[in-house]
Amino acid sequence: MKVGIIRFPGSNCDRDVFHALELAGTEPDYIWWNQRDLSDFEALVIPGGFSYGDYLRAGAIAAITPVIEGIKESVKENKPVLGICNGAQILAEVGLVPGVFTVNQNAKFICKWTELKVKTVRTPFTSMYKKNEVIKMPIAHAEGRYFTENIEKLHENDQIVLSFESENPNGSTEAITGVCDEEGLVCAVMPHPERASESILGSDDGLKFFKGIVNY
Amino acid sequence: MLDDGDRMALTNKEHEYVKKELGREPNSLEYGMLDIMFSEHCSYKSSRPVLRLFPNKGERVIMGPGDDAGIVELTDELALVIGMESHNHPSAIEPYGGAGTGIGGIIRDIISMGARPVALLDSLSFGHLEDPKSRYLFEHVVKGISDYGNRVGIPTVGGEVEFDENFKSNPLVNVVCIGLVPKDAIVKGIAPNIGDIFVLMGGRTGRDGIHGVTFASEELTTASEIEDRPAVQVGDPFTKKQVMEATFEALEKIDVQGLKDLGGGGLTCCISEMAAKSENGAEVEITSIPLREEGMTPYEIMLSESQERMVFVVHPEDVDRLMAIFEKYELPAAPVGKVTDTGRFVMMQNGEVISDLPCELLSDPPVIEREARKPEETHEPVEFEEVDPKEALLNLLSSQNIASKKWVYSQYDHEVQVRTVVKPGDDAAVMRVDDEKAFAVTSDCNSIHTKLDPYHGGAGSVAEAIRNVVSMGAEPICIADCLNFGNPEKPEVFWQFKECIRGMSDVAKRFNTPVVSGNVSFYNETEGVTVNPSPVVGVAGLMDLKDIKTSDFKDKGNKIVVIGKTRPELGGSEYQRAVYDVVQGKPPEVLLDEEYQSAKAVLELIRGDFGVTAVHDCSAGGLGVAISEMAISGNIGATVDLSRVPSPAGMTPSEILFSESHGRYVLTVREDAAEELLMKLKGEVPAAVVGKVGGESLIFKDAEKDVMAPELEAIEKSYYGVIEKFMA
Repeated sequence: MKVGIIRFPGSNCDRDVFHALELAGTEPDYIWWNQRDLSDFEALVIPGGFSYGDYLRAGAIAAITPVIEGIKESVKENKPVLGICNGAQILAEVGLVPGVFTVNQNAKFICKWTELKVKTVRTPFTSMYKKNEVIKMPIAHAEGRYFTENIEKLHENDQIVLSFESENPNGSTEAITGVCDEEGLVCAVMPHPERASESILGSDDGLKFFKGIVNY
Repeated sequence: MLDDGDRMALTNKEHEYVKKELGREPNSLEYGMLDIMFSEHCSYKSSRPVLRLFPNKGERVIMGPGDDAGIVELTDELALVIGMESHNHPSAIEPYGGAGTGIGGIIRDIISMGARPVALLDSLSFGHLEDPKSRYLFEHVVKGISDYGNRVGIPTVGGEVEFDENFKSNPLVNVVCIGLVPKDAIVKGIAPNIGDIFVLMGGRTGRDGIHGVTFASEELTTASEIEDRPAVQVGDPFTKKQVMEATFEALEKIDVQGLKDLGGGGLTCCISEMAAKSENGAEVEITSIPLREEGMTPYEIMLSESQERMVFVVHPEDVDRLMAIFEKYELPAAPVGKVTDTGRFVMMQNGEVISDLPCELLSDPPVIEREARKPEETHEPVEFEEVDPKEALLNLLSSQNIASKKWVYSQYDHEVQVRTVVKPGDDAAVMRVDDEKAFAVTSDCNSIHTKLDPYHGGAGSVAEAIRNVVSMGAEPICIADCLNFGNPEKPEVFWQFKECIRGMSDVAKRFNTPVVSGNVSFYNETEGVTVNPSPVVGVAGLMDLKDIKTSDFKDKGNKIVVIGKTRPELGGSEYQRAVYDVVQGKPPEVLLDEEYQSAKAVLELIRGDFGVTAVHDCSAGGLGVAISEMAISGNIGATVDLSRVPSPAGMTPSEILFSESHGRYVLTVREDAAEELLMKLKGEVPAAVVGKVGGESLIFKDAEKDVMAPELEAIEKSYYGVIEKFMA
């Protein structure tokens, strides 16, 4: 299964996602930001990093690149799209998922392991978990505080994917740190499943995010 | 615009030497170029003769000191590249930018070898946090590191922070960077073939950082903050990331002959050193250099230390393909000159010669034999009224120097690149290399021991770094250093420097571990205050992933074993600094053979089947702090009988708890394996079972007598949240 990894200048988790996608049994390949035609790929991942240095605002510049058109096409064709960290910020900036990820409450970068609750299993990426299962994955971001004015709609449509368990390190609305679109195919999560894909690194809870793409 | 005649730093003797070698007076551009190359920062003219003491050979050494970074063999396929750099003066003036460019500089040094950077460590020193200026410097240095390191996608996995009055106006910012490269893909800073082309790539050249190196080779004054701002370079982590990726793509696709970054000394230093290394010359056209601002003089262009620049040396037929790669990454680049056989570095402006100097003269200035004199001051031991050990322990744990540094490392991305197996907060970080191997890396320094006795302080800093790596289960394979001292023109400072290096060398030699890379930062003095001599030592060790031993207490019932002898050595201890606010006396001595035997024994225990469940190095704060840290991270208490700790008779409980004798480790072992473990150590090293893990308190006894029994909760409360109280 061919999975595309979108690369922007400043992406820095691209190789890590590549490694995790291979572990999950897919065939990953990189896609440069100026590529428009993504029809070769069955699923897409936008990895973390600091696209365009996060200058202006995290994700703001990446959101107006040609590859975004390709991503929108893929969404229309019902292909799964996962945005991790900076990738999540980009998906929110483009409007493919509801809400925004903004500056952490303490205004600092936070790197730590967190416990997370899987709130819905209807997305391809969470399809291999149990609903309300608690998993361990690390976060690493300065702009990860989730905010939406329309929280009821998220609940109604089952669009909350992950929430922090027993703490709310960045001050997100209802401790939410992963959301999806109405169809459940576009997923934006701040925690890094690729950093939790091998037990030697602290946990392999995240690997199912990628295995789920194949399984779906 | 800077006046060409500004701030010349050549001594009269050097000026005469230059005139004699050249057979004429250098013109003003040449004078400026010579001036930066003769600066202490670029030439190591004071330190070079002393640094020769360091052992730098070994079976694993691929490249020792002399290039941008050292290289050692790691596995059959891979080499480890290590470099260290200080950015003290820029960080004192502009902490955010100064710290960021410090990282930027050392990253470029690693890339220059063709290696992908995989780990960063930062060793920082500031004044106490009660002081608002120190808080400002601390906050912005950490933010500078966070914003830069996180953006370039290299995990910051370790380091240390020291707070002491003497660093108040002259903070230290030292950075270690480690890279990995396939052995057959190493590149060097050379220009081996006549006719090859120099291609300058990356950030445009601007007016920042002019005289950066000469400013780093002088003492700071209160006016420095205003006057020296133009000497601080402006970093750009986004461009750096692009430069990095473009460099790796170029190395993969093009037959690159030589590669070097532009750091201190800018274009002058970079091109003259590349040409000199290959005993060739260079001819560069100044109008071909991509500039950031208009009206720059040749003097400014040649001395600029603008960041994020690299020079590639390639065959003429490869230039177009190389330029196409840089274009993909939208990086300014231009062929700027060619390699010649003249041995001279010739600058042209629209085809006319504007400077013409021998590369050798630029890259190899004469050394200066500095005078060294032992200072008059003595460090007589002082007598103290003994305080309650529990009060002392809690006091130590909540001192800024011992307390948890979580506030710092949680701002650094330490997970990116999915290698970090042991995260910050333990003795050393452990980074995965492949499915079997890992390397452990740490940086350590004991500046108060070094102040009181530079020989043992220097030796102890190396010994501690080695212990930290050994504690994780790794065998040390190389050392890098960053030596932060005062003004070497003062004989007392130079004496400290020489003694310190003698001590460091002795330990390195005893462990047969080569010093492959280093950096010297002199002139760390501001307004008459000289920083405590700070030899920051980075050590990397090689290990099997299966041998990793973290320091946290694991299971109830595990026996606690102390390896190495505890002596009454409280001079210069954290105990005295934290409890009595005194830095005085004779610091602990490094006993080379004991240090080596302890390390050897610990590695054998870890690698053999001896039931070892945790290992921790014993350094600042002594056994009391080491055991507390193991309890805190394991979230379980212990009972310890101090009378069983291997030590001479007559030591008080406080001496046993807080003495900082070298050569010691604390281990835990499965209850059923303890006896066999002690048998194994018999006759090799002093060792004893001193207690066992369990309970919700840390109970210390002296045979039958109770010494203290603080609850785990009280210990954790002291240890956490200390820095946060000041930093919000």
